[in-house]
This record gives sequence, structure tokens and C-alpha cells, in this order.
Amino acid sequence: MNKNKVRMRNGITYGIVVGCWILVQIMDQTGHMTSLLKGILVPLCMYSILAISLNLTVGILGELSLGHAGFMCVGAFAGAFFTKCMENTFPNLQLRFFLAILIGAAVAGVCGILIGIPVLRLKGDYLAIVTLAFGEIIKNLINVMYIGLDKSGFHFSIKDTMSLGMDETGVVIIKGAQGITGTPKASTFFIAVLLLLLTLFIVLNLINSRTGRAIMSIRDNRIAAESIGINITKYKLMAFSISAALAGVAGVLYAHNLSTLAATPKNFGYNMSIIILVFVVLGGLGNIRGSMIAAVVLTLLPELLRGLNDYRMLIYAIVLIVMMLFNSSPKAIEIRSVFIERIKKKKEAAAKEAA
Amino acid sequence: MSFLSYLINGISLGSIYAIIALGYTMVYGIARMLNFAHGDIIMVGGFAIFTIVSTLNLPPLLGILVAVVVCTVLGVTIERVAYRPLRGASSLAVLITAIGVSYLLQNVALLIFGSNARQFTSVVTLPNLKLADGALTISSVTIVTIISCIAIMIGLTSFINKTKVGQAMLAVSEDNGAATLMGIDVNRTIAITFAIGSALAAIAGALLCSTYPSLTPYTGSMPGIKAFVAAVFGGIGSIPGALIGGILLGVIENLSKAYISSQLSDAIVFSVLIIVLLVRPTGILGRKINEKV
Repeated sequence: MNKNKVRMRNGITYGIVVGCWILVQIMDQTGHMTSLLKGILVPLCMYSILAISLNLTVGILGELSLGHAGFMCVGAFAGAFFTKCMENTFPNLQLRFFLAILIGAAVAGVCGILIGIPVLRLKGDYLAIVTLAFGEIIKNLINVMYIGLDKSGFHFSIKDTMSLGMDETGVVIIKGAQGITGTPKASTFFIAVLLLLLTLFIVLNLINSRTGRAIMSIRDNRIAAESIGINITKYKLMAFSISAALAGVAGVLYAHNLSTLAATPKNFGYNMSIIILVFVVLGGLGNIRGSMIAAVVLTLLPELLRGLNDYRMLIYAIVLIVMMLFNSSPKAIEIRSVFIERIKKKKEAAAKEAA
Repeated sequence: MSFLSYLINGISLGSIYAIIALGYTMVYGIARMLNFAHGDIIMVGGFAIFTIVSTLNLPPLLGILVAVVVCTVLGVTIERVAYRPLRGASSLAVLITAIGVSYLLQNVALLIFGSNARQFTSVVTLPNLKLADGALTISSVTIVTIISCIAIMIGLTSFINKTKVGQAMLAVSEDNGAATLMGIDVNRTIAITFAIGSALAAIAGALLCSTYPSLTPYTGSMPGIKAFVAAVFGGIGSIPGALIGGILLGVIENLSKAYISSQLSDAIVFSVLIIVLLVRPTGILGRKINEKV
């Protein structure tokens, strides 16, 4: 019974994604797609993946992370670096992109483990600030990194392109603050939806597995979980690194959606981490479908308000505050429950009268 | 000599961080919330002074006074409208609301003043101090910043330890429920904390914009984050911790900018924070959290 319920619920989640994809195809065929809407399709999937993966850390593991954009940044640069380097080895763009996704996920996942080992010892707000710090460090390091490739192999420097010391055949791949230019535009809506479905598959199955239950038991009561023999560090690290790896996938998607990739405060700074966190909290902690929907709605909202131009971010801010007040304020919850009860009573009364 | 000047500039920058960090630390200590909008209050203070001094051509001292009043009223209003209804809600909900408030302030400023950087005229008009036959010049802003930081620290510490309101603040931060039972108006105490924090943010805004005279709607956000880091560094909730954390942060940032790499200074600052937190998980002066089973 319970298992069927879970299966049903997960089925609906997958169904929503597939349904949206079909809807977009129909709209595309009938010519209802504007170029603005077309341009936002891949970012919508990317934000959904980010929100789902962050929900794994914040909602399922119960640790506040403010550095999610850092993992996305690592994945983006690892993936884009790979597609740039392997241009001649793997001429097929699709294959190269597929491998880039794997590499982006792997590198971000390893970063997640490396950062997770020290960070996950901390608790609460301290953990949040340290993840924020790590995100900023990653962005900062990538901004001073220069990597070039010539016949004799890779050259690395943190000063400038001249100090790479390459011969005349050398090409600079990562150019400090300018990042990587000329990444192939391989991200399509179809691939993005597939990746989103894959992310959903991984996260939903994880939650409903023995591992997932162990992770949630740590969230609910760490000491009790420890006392029944759950290896806290192992499961914490597992959730954290899977979350990081999925963020890396989103990063690769991001990198191959634009032709230039540079780590700016806007795309990989703490602001981005916070935007993703907003999706997670508004969608509901631990609610995977909710984070997906919140990511889509909150990304579409500023775009749909584009007509209002200067006021759109203002409206976004107000909507955010009002939604939080309405959703979480104890008084609002009380008023809502009173309201719902009244409706229930009315229904009961109506049923009685009918009888 | 150049080392000394870097050091003094670092202490000055650190003093600004410390003043901002005070706002973070007090609000965290008393209301248990991370007020992400605190950095944007600094920006509002900066724009208030800019309007008074540069647009209306009034004296800078009046500008600071107006900024303090504006920020205090703003801080208390934000607390009343956005944070008070959420008392008792999860800390994440409050955090997201604070982020919403931060966006709101930035975008209102963007609508009024535009996104172009404004040239801020320094509120300090004293001459620079020249030492050792001109080998070492200390700008007057630096001196004023350091002095005001010390004055604020002394004033705040004695306010908290000597006055009834200050004692009430300590009581609320110690145990919210017990303080209510003792007849302390918790809501009023929290409002006063916000008022003090915001007034300090206005002063920090004046000093920050006088040191780095470019003012945009996003001016407050990075110093805000850095000050938050400083507060955590020193042990969040602790007032001397905010001072130590702020000054250490400022000095580390300035010295690494001067001697290692200007691009990597942020990374170095954050790395030091991580190392400190790994050794002392609640910051330098933070209280140890005992775990109850």
C-alpha cells in the first residue's frame, strides 16, 4: 500500500516533466513559442536540477548549504574544459558532451567529498557560512587560473597567459577572469529534460531506499541515528557529494548553453546559491516535486514580468516576502487551519442536511 | 613603512567590518536569525547621506544624522513587517524572508538612484595626518573610522552592561522564554536591537563610502557578507568577538591584497575563516554548544 503510494507519487513527478516536454513540443509545432521562451527552456531544466540537488542537502540531509553554486561552477568548468580539449580526439559533439557531463559530475562530486569531510563536522549556521566561503573560494580560484595546451602538454599558471610559456601551437583554454571562450552550444532542451529526469530518478530512488532513510534519520535525530549504528559521516558525505555531483551536471548544462563561460559573482557567486536555496525553501523542504515547480515558477516569473521592466525584480522581492509570510508565519498557518476547518464543518453540515 | 600603512588601512577596513558585524551579531544573539538584509541597510545609509550632502548641499554631519534616523526607522519597520510575524517559524523561513528584504531594498534603490555608480563625497573633511616626515600618510578617514569603532564598542558594551534595556537584551539572548516570564517585553527588546544595529549600519555606511567613494545599489552586499564572516569568525553572538573578527578580517584582507594577490584576497580571507572554524567550531570567542541527549 505504502509502496504503491510512493510509486504513484513519483510517477506523477516524472509525468509532470514529460508532460511539460510534450507541451513545449506542441507549442513549438503550432508556432506559439517566442524566442524568449525558447531561450529559457534549458535554464529552466538547469535550475530544476540545481533545486532538486540542493534539496538533497538542505531538505533530506537537513544541513544548510550556501555554496551550491560553487559545485555548479566546478562542474561547468570541468565539463567545458573537457569539450575544449578533446575537440580533436572526439569530433562527435554529442559524444563529447555526454562525456563532459560525466566528467563534470565526477569532478564536482569529488569536490563535494573533499569539502564535505571538513565542513560536515560543523553545525547549523556555521556550516552555512563555511559552505558560502567554499563557494566563494572556488569562484575566486577559477578567476585567477590560466591553463593552456600545446604539443608538450598542459601548462598551468595563476598569473597571466604569458607566464604559461607555451610554444606557438599553444592555445589558452582557461583565460583567468575571461574564463573559457567558444564552448560548443551542445545543450538542447531534449538533453536537458533527459538530465532532469535522470536527476529525479537518482534523488527519488535514493530517498526511498535504505540509504535515504538512513540520511533522513540523521536529519531527524543525529544522536538516535548514531545509537542504532548508522555511520553518520558516511551518509552525510554521500548525500553531500551526490548533491554536488548533480550540481556539476547542471553546471555542464549551463556551460554548453552559452558560448562563453566566466565565473562572475552573478552566475557562480553566493547570490546564485541563495537563489537556488529560495527555490528549495519555497518548494518545501524535502519535497522534490515542490523544488522543481518552485524553480520553474520563480525563473519564469521575472521573465513573464519583463514587460514591467524596472519593476520586475521589485515585484519578485515582494512576492518572495509575502509568500514566505503566508507560508511560514505561525499566525498565517493558524488562520489557514481555522479557515479549512470552517469549510470542513460546512461540508459536514451540508452532508447531514442531505442525509 | 609601507607595511605599517597597509596594516593601518587594514585596521580601518576591519573597523568598518566590526561595526557592521555588531549589527549581525546582536541580531543573531537576540533573535537567532541571520539578517541578510543588514548589508543593504548600509547602502540605504550611504544613499541617505549622498542625497543630503551631494544633492541638497547640506553639511555632512546633518547627513549622518539623517542617515542614522532613516536606517533606524527602516530597520525597525522591516523587523515589524517582515520578521516579527515569522517569530517561531523555522530559521530557514526567516532567512529567505531576509533575502527577500535584501532584494527589495536593492531594487528600490535601483529604481530611485539608477545602477550607475555615484561619486560619494567623504563625510570627513579633516586634513590627512603625515608622520615621519611624510613617509607615512594616514588619511583622516582612516583615523576617524578607527576612533569611531572604538567609541562604538565602548559605548555599546557599557550600554549592555549598565542599562536596564541592555540587561534585558542579555536576558533575551540567554533564554527567550525565561525572559518573558521575568516580565521582559521580548518584542520590544528585539525591536530595540534592530534599531541599534541599523543605526550602526548607517554609521558604517558613512565610513565605508568615505573610504571607498563609489556608491551603487549593490554597495552594501559584499561588505555585508564579509562582516557576516567577521561575526562568525569572532564567534557569532559575541560583541568583543565581532571586534576581533572584524579587525582580523580587515587586516588579513589588506595584507594579502598588498603582498600576495589582489584577486585572491577574498579566497585567502575565506580560507582563514574555514581554518579557524575547523579548529574552533564556534569561532574565536564563541560559546561552546553543549549537546543534550
